[in-house]
Amino acid sequence: MAETRRFVCIVCPRGCALEVDVDVDVAGEGKAVLALRGNACARGEVYGRSEIVDPRRSLTSTVRVANGKRRRLPVRSTGTIPLPRLREAARALDGIVVEGPLACGTVIAVDFLGLGVDIVATDQLERGM
Amino acid sequence: MVDRKEYDVLVIGGGPAGLAAALSASGTGARVGLIEREECLGGILKQCVHDGFGLVRFGQMLSGPEYARRFIDLVEGSDIAVHLETFVHAARRLASAGGGYVLECVSRDEGVFEAYAPALVLATGCRERSDRQVFIHGDRPAGVLTAGLAQHLVNIEGVLPGRRAVILGSGDIGLIMARRLTLEGMEVEGVYELKAEPSGLSRNLQQCLSDFGIPLHLLMTVVEIHGKRRVEAVTAARVDLRGSVIAGSERLVECDTLVLSVGLIPENELALSLGLGLDPSTKGPKVDQGGGAGEGIFVCGNALHVNDLVDYVSESGEAAGRDAAGHALSIGAAGGTAAPGRRVAVKAGPGFLYAVPQFIDLSRPGPAVIYFRVNSTLREGARVSLSAAGETLLGKRYPALRPPEMERLEIDPGRVPEGCDSLWLELERKEADLG
Repeated sequence: MAETRRFVCIVCPRGCALEVDVDVDVAGEGKAVLALRGNACARGEVYGRSEIVDPRRSLTSTVRVANGKRRRLPVRSTGTIPLPRLREAARALDGIVVEGPLACGTVIAVDFLGLGVDIVATDQLERGM
Repeated sequence: MVDRKEYDVLVIGGGPAGLAAALSASGTGARVGLIEREECLGGILKQCVHDGFGLVRFGQMLSGPEYARRFIDLVEGSDIAVHLETFVHAARRLASAGGGYVLECVSRDEGVFEAYAPALVLATGCRERSDRQVFIHGDRPAGVLTAGLAQHLVNIEGVLPGRRAVILGSGDIGLIMARRLTLEGMEVEGVYELKAEPSGLSRNLQQCLSDFGIPLHLLMTVVEIHGKRRVEAVTAARVDLRGSVIAGSERLVECDTLVLSVGLIPENELALSLGLGLDPSTKGPKVDQGGGAGEGIFVCGNALHVNDLVDYVSESGEAAGRDAAGHALSIGAAGGTAAPGRRVAVKAGPGFLYAVPQFIDLSRPGPAVIYFRVNSTLREGARVSLSAAGETLLGKRYPALRPPEMERLEIDPGRVPEGCDSLWLELERKEADLG
């Protein structure tokens, strides 16, 4: 059964309105993308297709700093992780504590939760006190 | 005798606009002083840990701190004099030949000092509209805060402001905070927007609300706050298209936190004290394409008008820094005078919220960038053209235009015909969007 799904592309601030014709199963789950319209670039095509079969997002958050002048260090995932696991991943960051000095881009957790992405610092951290 | 530090260009504000302005001024050989009241550079980017910054400028999705770091590293590697934890409490123009400005500063490390430069760049950013600036009945217990304050508490201090939040206003920071608070374990009951359309970017509605099943209530607002020491609930109500509350539509929403994302206002206290008039539609000073507001004052970034993307803030900072340095150096060369070039006014026709800059200085080389916003959503898109004395200088088709999204045009000042004194920005909409 085919249906058309409409959503906004989040790849860039342009925010193209995508229309995707999807072949869905009886449970309403998207099985395959039949056609995609509304994207202004190739990245929109990739995003729109992935959004139907396996929606993914980057995770950005902060982790705790020990012995530092500041309390938190901003971090990000190096790639996207499945949207349904985003909250779980954000919660798991609560257990991480870092201490300076760290350069921006330093890997803080390798293959985080087995999701195939690392967690890296998105700012530098001065030497602890 | 108060110590006086002398520069060619003084930049007030170490956020993205000020960083770019200081760097571009310094790049022309000017001696630059950069004044920042907080303990590190970066401005609001420090607390914007989400990504999406820098796509236009760097072709990459950076987080706020990463975007700021690229500029901070350059500043630290330059000979720009950075004054941190320094507050400018007054600015005055010198009446003597050559003019210039003296800033009265108070600094944690340097005590009380004065700074002088022939050119001043105001990169003072904007402020959030607060609960005192929107009309809500009831008490003001703990738990009422702006989205930017909530962001500071969560991302810088590492504390959650409460357990269950209602967000009033659908500005981008409010949407970003809806996601952020949810991921950190708070419950976001919903986002309430007085207008019929959301005021944030479409992609933020998708990735901050839809992704987490957070409802967006259009044409609804918060009319009363309840609670003695801590927020216990708010009254939400439906409004009509004019924003008037529909009687009988009120309902009580239990929450312990009310987050306000109800608009940003350019911060221009210093500009006003120096006698600059503000454009009522941008709430920033009227400037030319280099942020020049006259007599050696240059304004950039969110102090000029609230931008949607930091990339454009940096761009306007660069233009202001370059022109401020040019002004300072030409004053030195000309022994006290900098002759203004021929200016034409940029006027936005019906359908626009505003256009910035308000003037184009035709004597300046290189393309001039014009930013604009429309005043209503044009789903079918529109053609925007710039004309002078009936002649169309350029036209561009946009697939869709929305008020939250700023657009950008470039014009070659050399193409403006002789004898014309204003450029008109005009909107040609599609049939479907008419009426």
